[in-house]
Amino acid sequence: MVGPALATARLDAAGRYIHWGVIQISLTNLLVIIAMIVLFGAAVVLRMPHSDSRPVESERSDDPR
Amino acid sequence: MTRAEGTDRSWTVRLRRRISRTVPEGQWLPDRQPAYVRSWIYVFGVATLAAFLVVLASGVLLAIEGEAWWHVSSLGHFVNSMHLWSVELFMAFMVIHLWGKFFMAAWRGRRALTWITGAVAFLGSIGTAFTGYLSQSNFDSQWISTQAKDGLNAVGIGAFFNVLDPAQMLLWHIVLLPLLVGFLVVAHIILVRRHGVVPPFDAVPPAAQELEPRTAQVTSRTAHKNPPVGSPSVEAPDQEATR
Repeated sequence: MVGPALATARLDAAGRYIHWGVIQISLTNLLVIIAMIVLFGAAVVLRMPHSDSRPVESERSDDPR
Repeated sequence: MTRAEGTDRSWTVRLRRRISRTVPEGQWLPDRQPAYVRSWIYVFGVATLAAFLVVLASGVLLAIEGEAWWHVSSLGHFVNSMHLWSVELFMAFMVIHLWGKFFMAAWRGRRALTWITGAVAFLGSIGTAFTGYLSQSNFDSQWISTQAKDGLNAVGIGAFFNVLDPAQMLLWHIVLLPLLVGFLVVAHIILVRRHGVVPPFDAVPPAAQELEPRTAQVTSRTAHKNPPVGSPSVEAPDQEATR
């Protein structure tokens, strides 16, 4: 009966909170926000893979212009 | 009245023409995109949409099977968790999508309504998530509802939007707000297809004056660094390079 015991322990546990002056936020929410910011930054900075393997628009010969 | 005139008056013909005018054929599911779309920041819109579909599918299952199912059975637990985590991803992707579009000033180029429908869908999603927390039928939902009632009473809507009424909250969560958010999402996608995705600030139209307005395409200065997915873009009629 390890499963139910663990579940009960988790439900009974108080959440961890970060206190910084008037700011109070749960550790979980803070980690989610940080992950979102990291993801956003990575999306802006990182290039898509194989982005140099295709010809640029102006070099294509089958342009239906 | 000729037969052709009669056909022209048909609501189906008028609707078909209206749809064709709004988003011409070939722009619904395009096989070409502008070069600048080959960037991770453009992924989060469709990631939000994918998460939204999982939210809807898991939510329909939960609504059909009922609370005893999601509280007790293993499969119910799984679907309940899937609903929660797809919502987490939905909200996270949507906020990152919002950040990207905000810093890109995505309302440029007659895209104000696209921006507005997205923003209102975001607000509607917050309301849907809130009523979802109230519909869990556990101590968590009781706690949240009793905490929220004072705030809602303070702004004078507690009599109409009663968070202590689980049936009313369930109605908002699984019918009214999903209809609103679903309608806004569809409108948002139609507008994106109609006007095209917003170009980056440094996008340069390749001699846009020489091209037909309806087929004017936009490439970016980064096009030579980030080649396009396919051949040149065929963007929506209203898409123009705006700076």
